[in-house]
Amino acid sequence: MKANMKTAKSKKLIDNRTFISFVILIIALIVINFTDNDYIKRITSLCGIYVILGLSMQLINGFTGLFSLGHAGFMAIGAYTVAILTIAPEDKVMNFFMKPILPFLANVEWWFFPSLIMAGIIAGVFGFLIGAPVLRLTDDYLAIATLGFAEIIRVVFTNTQSLTNGALGLKAIPNNTNVLWSWAMAFITIGFMVFLMKGSYGKAFKAIREDEIAARSMGINLFRHKVMSFTFSAFLAGVAGGLMASLLGTIDPNMFRITLTFNILLIMVLGGLGNIKGTVISAIIVTAAMEVLRFLDESINLGFIQLEGIPGMRMVIFSMILMAVVIFRKDRLLKGN
Amino acid sequence: MSGMDFLQHLANGISLGSLYALIAIGYTMVYGILRLINFAHGDIFMLGGYLTFYGIMFTSIPWWLVFILASVLTGLIGLLLEKIAYKPLRDAPRITVLISAIGASFFLQNFGIVVFGGRPKAFPIPDVLNKVVNLGGVSINIITFIIPTITIILLIALTYFINKTKTGMAMRALSRDYETARLMGIDVNKIISITFFIGSFLAAVGGVMWGTKYPQLLPLMGAMPGIKCFIAAVIGGIGNIGGAVLGGFILGLGEILLVAFFSNLTGYRDAFAFVLLIIILLVKPTGLLGEKTTEKV
Repeated sequence: MKANMKTAKSKKLIDNRTFISFVILIIALIVINFTDNDYIKRITSLCGIYVILGLSMQLINGFTGLFSLGHAGFMAIGAYTVAILTIAPEDKVMNFFMKPILPFLANVEWWFFPSLIMAGIIAGVFGFLIGAPVLRLTDDYLAIATLGFAEIIRVVFTNTQSLTNGALGLKAIPNNTNVLWSWAMAFITIGFMVFLMKGSYGKAFKAIREDEIAARSMGINLFRHKVMSFTFSAFLAGVAGGLMASLLGTIDPNMFRITLTFNILLIMVLGGLGNIKGTVISAIIVTAAMEVLRFLDESINLGFIQLEGIPGMRMVIFSMILMAVVIFRKDRLLKGN
Repeated sequence: MSGMDFLQHLANGISLGSLYALIAIGYTMVYGILRLINFAHGDIFMLGGYLTFYGIMFTSIPWWLVFILASVLTGLIGLLLEKIAYKPLRDAPRITVLISAIGASFFLQNFGIVVFGGRPKAFPIPDVLNKVVNLGGVSINIITFIIPTITIILLIALTYFINKTKTGMAMRALSRDYETARLMGIDVNKIISITFFIGSFLAAVGGVMWGTKYPQLLPLMGAMPGIKCFIAAVIGGIGNIGGAVLGGFILGLGEILLVAFFSNLTGYRDAFAFVLLIIILLVKPTGLLGEKTTEKV
């Protein structure tokens, strides 16, 4: 008993190395925030968004062990919520030239923060509504059902002309997302995840991941915890989608294809399943690498020779990295931390 | 809608359904043995279409031979895919293999964009197949009849192979109980290779015939049919070949008839499969023809 308490005490919330890298990260963010380079700022904001997304997927897949591929759908819900709530009424008229927007939405213009929270809440409500029936399914079936749900959302958004402007998408979304916003949200998410995983809910989630039947016989309400994890995950994905909409300024349903979910999956896999720190690092690296690898798609001028860029090469390299990691790190993949 | 129109839609639905059935068989066979959703299967289907395109455009081989060669070659690519992406992960947790499958699918799609180009290519339909016949006032393209015919022939051959040959018996044994079958001296790797070859071959035949019916090739053309055919396999009861065929026909007919009867729902065509999937999974989680499994501790 005494030994137990001792180990519990020596296990601080964060160790020194994490703390130092945390401080370095914050300093780097502050420096970037005050530079004039818009490109770097944009990528940094995107990194923050992907941190949220990676952690959101980590919560459902890495911690609770439910293979869900519905993230693109929840992001779409969040992105459209923020877009519809923040676009100025006169811009809405311009956007919806095919068919006017639903009357009760025509004159709304919310502040950014409440609309972001609203994005999370609506995505969370959808997560709850979808999760309640779908979470009765197990692994592969769950994966395909959530994937299906994300596709349904995309198809519905393509067809609801007076709500989402259909395939034309929405333009002129106010650019509120900056380094500050996206990283503030990212840090809140990190804090929330650490807090959640330390507590009894986190332990229950992990128990479900390790062995459902054992968890159930320990008195854990499987269904309740699964739905909870799914709803939280959807909430975070919705917030991230909202941030992204406001960062990009334009959205359309085709942005939220399965490919987007796969990107997040890649971040999660590289970070190590169930590893919060790893996810943050891999989100930053993957997002930065996506930008760095962009040279593969464009032509390169080496002075003496002009290399033609090949569109799509970036993603080829990217998927090869994903497969190589999975194949060569298969044993360590599931052991987070 | 007149009766003639209905017949036309029915014919189209059956031919689309048989294409779905061909692709769904590959999913269901692989899942039956490895318990793996082979996400790259839809992209194998795409490769089948493109190989035929290049075979007809750039060689002087007669078209029917190109069709066969392309299908066999695609089958071999499927086999190679298994060796690279799935074999090293034979004993790894299932989520790992699934991620590898997603990576493979992603790779093939982008490889397609790089090598074949992102612009759509027109599939060269042989003149013999591009005829419209008139059946009592209904004009239907001859390919609409050829597709179900070839599908039925292949299905009969496959059923014979699975039920009457030793390899087929080994396949059934593996999908019934992987461990025991292995202990009985079945060469697991060989059987899995054969399974992948057959699945990919059928998908490629599907791809070639898809090209003759909807003559446009795109590197991403396999993504949607791929997922839909997996859904077809799940609807019919995954692991069950008859179920895959049934699911394929339900999906194909359902899609075409939905668009025909409710033209204002045309935009929701792609969502139909997913809605049907979720309903069926909730009502009968093992699919229409699937066996009930009990949870063992």
